[in-house]
Amino acid sequence: MRKGSAVDLTLKESDDTLRSETVRLLESGVGKMIQPPDVEGFREWNRAKSKRLVDKRMSEAEAVRRFIRDGDYIGTELYGTVRCPMSLVHEIVRQGVTNLRVAGQGVLELDMLLAAGLVKALDLTYIGLEVYGLSNCLRREVETGRVEHVVEWSNAGIAWRFKAAAMGVPFIPVRSMLGSDTLKYSSAKVIECPFTGLPIALLPALILDAGLIHVHRADIHGNAQIDGISGFAAEMARASKRLIISTEEIVDTEVIRRRPDRTIIPYYLVDAVVEAPFGSHPGELCYRYARDEEQIKLWVEASKEPASTEEFLEKHIYRVADHRAYLDLFGQERLQALTHGAPGREA
Amino acid sequence: MSERSYNASELLICTASRLMEDGTTAFIGTGIPMLAASLAQKLQAPNLVTIFEFGGTGAILETLPLAVGGGCTFNRAIAASGIRDIVETAQRGFVEYGFLGGAQIDAYGNLNTTVIGDHDHPKVRLPGSGGGNDVGSNCWRTIAIMPHDRRRFVQTIDFITTPGYLTGPGAREAAGLPRGTGPFRVVTTLALLGYHPVSRRMQLLATQPGVSVEQVLENTGFELLLADCVEQNPPPSAEELRTLREAVDPDGLYI
Repeated sequence: MRKGSAVDLTLKESDDTLRSETVRLLESGVGKMIQPPDVEGFREWNRAKSKRLVDKRMSEAEAVRRFIRDGDYIGTELYGTVRCPMSLVHEIVRQGVTNLRVAGQGVLELDMLLAAGLVKALDLTYIGLEVYGLSNCLRREVETGRVEHVVEWSNAGIAWRFKAAAMGVPFIPVRSMLGSDTLKYSSAKVIECPFTGLPIALLPALILDAGLIHVHRADIHGNAQIDGISGFAAEMARASKRLIISTEEIVDTEVIRRRPDRTIIPYYLVDAVVEAPFGSHPGELCYRYARDEEQIKLWVEASKEPASTEEFLEKHIYRVADHRAYLDLFGQERLQALTHGAPGREA
Repeated sequence: MSERSYNASELLICTASRLMEDGTTAFIGTGIPMLAASLAQKLQAPNLVTIFEFGGTGAILETLPLAVGGGCTFNRAIAASGIRDIVETAQRGFVEYGFLGGAQIDAYGNLNTTVIGDHDHPKVRLPGSGGGNDVGSNCWRTIAIMPHDRRRFVQTIDFITTPGYLTGPGAREAAGLPRGTGPFRVVTTLALLGYHPVSRRMQLLATQPGVSVEQVLENTGFELLLADCVEQNPPPSAEELRTLREAVDPDGLYI
């Protein structure tokens, strides 16, 4: 067993029946705590949040302008090529919201933020292009030091950190990451478990300033339903101070009430509802549309060099007014063709 | 391509596929593990329960996913949940096998997918852990699949992203990792490797067809132990190759 410093948990008011006990701290990750787990502040924030059933529909432009600020800590879900809020990410790039701190689980969406030079710090678990290899944008931004802090986590580690925030507690004990450099370069801690004596990793709750999630359907209030795998949507939604939902379609509240078991995100978590058909393009949305492989490959190629990266952003984001205009670049015929190859089988 | 010849990817896929047992649970990552699982389901392991980290459990692999969260990862599955449920299932001991890749591996099966060079000033920034650390920490037996050369099989890896046996016998348990878990096999273009039961160091179990023991040693940057009897892997069979080419990846996305 490694030597550790002792954290004093002695109760101030001594009671004969209480023994003085300490919990041994075995290891502390050296990574920066990019977003401290302020659970008391989070409770107060949530108390103040409106619980009224109001119409929260707005455009991407309005949602990003109102709910995401320079320097914010943000997160996206699911990731890259799968049910990803691409129309919202494009709008962040368009508005140039900068110095962002980001929960780094992603493919194309975080590539876009990195490509535009908007990211200052990352809690990183995976940023890559999956089948197409390493992320050129991550490499450029981290290897040049433009991303100032990179803190390591496992995939479930990030999801568990959201879960802790969703539980309203400051940390969660887990058995991943132990013994590795992933833990050493994180901001996790390892203690000797007071119940079993086993070393156990404590991951700090991760509370987002703003979360972005794309869903299959939502009503005007923000009650949102997802089909297929739910990734880490439930946890991230509950870990977000401000939550922007983009949705394939807006449905009547009666549709939600008919199948309340499908509601993963209740309205009171949500600040903005953005209607965004093909909102995950060029990624896929199960039962709705397939990946646009041609467009994904175009990005993979473009992202290899700074000049072609910039050209890509110019053409697909900066010179395009909004999501509707973005879709016009591809045309109805091509988008409809993607719906025929939609993955999964509807129940 | 004739039935008798095969390329490096096909060899890796067939070798890995033979390690997949019917009626077991296996955590599957993108790329070669997916093809191996699909092949195994069509041959010796029709009831192989595939587990994908973003929530797919028990998918029947009819088409090949390009993403671990893609629709094919829960095609005709028994459940579509989320990442926490999947990794917690492994954390409480339900997942037997975990299939992983890596940029670097050492003699104790520790894997690096984070950085080449110094962490804070990396020469090459790699994607990071992703689910790799969760798989290597919590699955009972992990199997790494990698091309075999001295740049990948190194004495000291630059960063331990995913724990193997760490510094040797007892190190995983001392770190708090679940008892009885750890690296099991490494499938490479040159060999099938395992771990010595006492020293926990990597050892050569079998060479791939046409590969000599010397070739394996020359391409390994650390001292590789030899099993008492080093065997020769049989080449991919005609049935394996036909199934792979006609049913698993007919569009040739990966092979």
